[in-house]
Amino acid sequence: MSNVLESVWVIPIFPLVGFIVTGLMRNYLPKHLAAFIACSSIFLSFLASAYVFYIVKDVTSNPAAIHYFDFINTGALHIGFDFKIDHLTSVFLLIITGVGFLIHLYSTAYMSEEQENDYAKYFSYLNLFVFFMLLLVMGGNYLIMFIGWEGVGLCSYLLIGYWFTNNNYNNAAKKAFIMNRIGDLGFLLALFWLIAKVGSVDFATVNAGIAKLSTFDVTGITILFFVGATGKSAQIPLYTWLPDAMAGPTPVSALIHAATMVTAGIYMIVRSNVLFSLAPITMEIIAVIGLLTALLAATIAIYQNDIKKVLAYSTVSQLGYMFLALGVGAFSSGVFHVMTHAFFKALLFLAAGSVIHAMSGEQDITKMGGLRKKIPVTYITFLLGVLAIAGFPFTSGFISKDEILLNVYNHNKLYFYLAVIGAVMTAFYMFRLLFLTFFGGFRGTHEQEHHLHESPKAMTIPLIILAVLSVIGGLVQLPHVFGGHPYFSEFLNPVVKTVEHTDPKLAMKEYVLLIGTIIGLAVVYFFTKKNYAVNKYEGEYHGFKKVLANKWYVDEMYDAIVVKPLLAVGTFFKNVVEKSGIDGFVNGIGKAVNYSSRQVRLLQSGQVGAYVLLMVIGILILFIVQLFL
Amino acid sequence: MLGTYITFPELLIWFPLVAGIFSFLIKKDDSVKTWALFASIITLCISLGSFFYTNDINASNVSYEWLTSLGSSFAVGLDGMGRLLTFLTAIAFPIIFVATYNNKYKNAKAFYGLMLLSQAGLMGVFCAMDALLFYFFWELALIPVYFLCSRWGGEKRIQATFKFFVYTFAGSLLMLIGIIYVYQHTSVRIEESGFHSFRISDFLAVQLNMQQQSWLFWLFFVAFAIKMPIFPFHTWQPDTYEQAPTSTTMVLSGIMVKMGLFAVLRWLLPLFPLAVARWDNIVIGLSVFGMIYASLIAIKQDNLKRLVAYSSIAHIGLMCAAIFTRSDTGLQGVMIQMFSHGINIIGLWIVIELLEKQTGVRKISELGGVAHKAPALTILLLVIALANIALPLTNAFVGEFMMFSSLFKYNVWFATAAGVSIILAAVYTLNMVQKVFYGNTNAVTENVKDINLSQTVILSVIVVIIFVTGLFPQPIFDLTKDTVTSLLLRFG
Repeated sequence: MSNVLESVWVIPIFPLVGFIVTGLMRNYLPKHLAAFIACSSIFLSFLASAYVFYIVKDVTSNPAAIHYFDFINTGALHIGFDFKIDHLTSVFLLIITGVGFLIHLYSTAYMSEEQENDYAKYFSYLNLFVFFMLLLVMGGNYLIMFIGWEGVGLCSYLLIGYWFTNNNYNNAAKKAFIMNRIGDLGFLLALFWLIAKVGSVDFATVNAGIAKLSTFDVTGITILFFVGATGKSAQIPLYTWLPDAMAGPTPVSALIHAATMVTAGIYMIVRSNVLFSLAPITMEIIAVIGLLTALLAATIAIYQNDIKKVLAYSTVSQLGYMFLALGVGAFSSGVFHVMTHAFFKALLFLAAGSVIHAMSGEQDITKMGGLRKKIPVTYITFLLGVLAIAGFPFTSGFISKDEILLNVYNHNKLYFYLAVIGAVMTAFYMFRLLFLTFFGGFRGTHEQEHHLHESPKAMTIPLIILAVLSVIGGLVQLPHVFGGHPYFSEFLNPVVKTVEHTDPKLAMKEYVLLIGTIIGLAVVYFFTKKNYAVNKYEGEYHGFKKVLANKWYVDEMYDAIVVKPLLAVGTFFKNVVEKSGIDGFVNGIGKAVNYSSRQVRLLQSGQVGAYVLLMVIGILILFIVQLFL
Repeated sequence: MLGTYITFPELLIWFPLVAGIFSFLIKKDDSVKTWALFASIITLCISLGSFFYTNDINASNVSYEWLTSLGSSFAVGLDGMGRLLTFLTAIAFPIIFVATYNNKYKNAKAFYGLMLLSQAGLMGVFCAMDALLFYFFWELALIPVYFLCSRWGGEKRIQATFKFFVYTFAGSLLMLIGIIYVYQHTSVRIEESGFHSFRISDFLAVQLNMQQQSWLFWLFFVAFAIKMPIFPFHTWQPDTYEQAPTSTTMVLSGIMVKMGLFAVLRWLLPLFPLAVARWDNIVIGLSVFGMIYASLIAIKQDNLKRLVAYSSIAHIGLMCAAIFTRSDTGLQGVMIQMFSHGINIIGLWIVIELLEKQTGVRKISELGGVAHKAPALTILLLVIALANIALPLTNAFVGEFMMFSSLFKYNVWFATAAGVSIILAAVYTLNMVQKVFYGNTNAVTENVKDINLSQTVILSVIVVIIFVTGLFPQPIFDLTKDTVTSLLLRFG
């Protein structure tokens, strides 16, 4: 059996080959062939991942790493090119390749208006992304994980800036890369710390060598890891790149900036759960940052008018919930929310893409409205996605979010109430989005109305599959109270110990949450329907709403506090220190030599008296020097 | 290993030397170009051959007497580090010659002759096992560069060359004083010459006290710091890189800056271990400050060549800092990075040269949209640029990872400060990529053509080296293990 697992290298190899073939042959491949190669490579990976899942589910212990070759093997540092396939990995493998395949399929139609070589380039980048994402979750040590970690960042950069003639898009791409790099520095410093203290970055070795770490070490290392996570998973203070990243094609937003890459931070922390469990301070920080991010992003999402921006802030907010779960020690609940979120958020993005497609590229929801009759499949699937994310009872989002809320309640009541407020805001902005887009009267141009059409099958089939998953995907973790069984957390048990609920009031709490959810959703539904299922919408741009619509002016603040001063220092170094300071000194020496040689030459005057005088002075100086030394 | 074969170092020195002198005799410009390329490929083959033979560095490697009356001899040898850097020198020249094959130089025979002479000097520096011989080759490598800059350089070549000359000459002088001082403290070889000795083994046997070591340390360090260069001895570099003919700049930045690092590893560290342990924090502090300083200036640079120059200062700063951590991890990181940095920066220069040849512009703000016109060039450049910011799976990542790791162990705050340059490197590199290659074309870039076959091949070679070393760095660690181990022995 372990022999079978040793061949898991084929899983990332398929997309890598897909990348190389579509990339190198981009000028020669017809569109359908490029699409076929790209999609089938991911599908093969999916089949292999399913097989891995089938094998891993019967493994009860924690499987060892698979060593392929020595990556770095020097006197003091030994890092292998290792993979580690366990229950956590196999869950992520299925999400990445499964959702990844659907999005590849969707892309074949969504990107069909691109030129042939651009089309192939798009798919080669997408394949490369999947390759790196697989490397990230399959790595047997932190270094391989980091290779995938930076690799997905690169692909994100390339795909955000896919339409590279637009400089705003390029700026968004660059911003994403740089914000991620800030986080990556934290990740790297954590690795160096581990190397300095444990001498290894191998998962198993680190876990075995935890005794060598003091509390200070563990806290420092985990905080630095979390800094890395805030970059990749868009948490405070490094979240600002994700909304801008919506510049990329919509399927990219679905795959990279919703379903997979941005959850890498959660994967990393769950992967290091042994370490994090020993760092209560870090855990508290994670919970607080997660909660604050969830709330902050939700407030911003309320008054965004770009369909993708709403979803982007919603992603930031949902990621906040995942970190909140991790922070209170509910690791498997965090991973479960990663999975359900991958379903409904990928669905929402793809459905939004279908809307944008139908609206001939329009993304402003104030110019939409009443689309439900024109694009019924998109509408129904989008609606199901909204219900899932808003936590409509027994959809996947309901089950995963309630599990998080219950865990938070046991940890800290204040966090719980704040998280509930966040959940209400989530429902609010999602219903607002739904009503503005699909209800009321059409507010776009006449031409757009004329062109309205349902998307082709390659787009609607992924929508339907994801919609089904969004609705029923949570049942694998349905609480006992409602007649289910937590299969999901049981499956993850070898990797993360589940928090056992021995709470006698558990059933009551579940019912309270259920009833509360129903009431809350009903209120939000009627309120938003009244305000946003309208024929005319002016937008909200005054007072506090303006602050929200302008994202709390965080970007402007960063610009003033960090970017401008750094650039000023750069200018100072370049124009003052470099030119007048160092070069001034060097040139000064040159001039001084020139000048003094000219002066010294004058001494050779040929007058004997002057020579004698100098001789006397010289002797005097020698004498004085002798006297004092 | 096929056996021991000690003549490799000599072949590596003599062949380019003779080929260089021979170049001066060729009349036709085209033939001298072909000849230089041919000669450099032969040198590459010799270098490749050397990998199949061992050469025990401690065995008698005196080939023949040379200035016997001074106690110097033509002692050459190759350890792992020497082999790596001679290989870098050997592979760089054919790449440079192919990449600039279409350039027309006035008085081509002198140009190519000087280039080959410089290569011979570099080989000598990396092989010399005798201090005086080392000094001789050091100058042999540099003097052709003065001529190349001052005769074939850009508009402000005279000022730039003068500055370059003043700096490096001052450095050489300091080094010479230091060498003579140590020489006078070596034991007299009565049975051989009756004089002191310049042999490296005799130098290493010299016992110097802390005070002597300290001022010798600074003499040598300043000499080598100028060559690397380390802040604040660096201001010759952007001017020279900008004004020198590009192929010379490639030699300067790709290989010659390694002379400074190499000299620290070969001479400074083992000769003055006490002083190194005493002054390491100042050197590392200067290096780390220089990294941030140069990176911030690079962000504000509008001139492509100066941007690469400052980026290089930042990268070299890290290598210098890692050397002075005196750890196995750090030194191994430096080894692989010396090679990788050489490859990557030559790649960057090739692209800049191609752009400047076509557009006549090296200002970033005046370019744009090149990706429309030259997609193949853009992809290859992108890989090289990503290697420049040490993205994983490129060659620079492994080295930087190890160097930062050693720096972290040495001092957390130095490592954190230096780490900021990782972010800054992404800023200036991606800025450059965006402004030059993305966006829309303008009047300057409208007529840019994509690269031709030979340019594609040569850049692809660089890209392949980037990925192969990035994924399989282990052979390089195995190669340089002996050097690192024996170096660390000096520090107990």
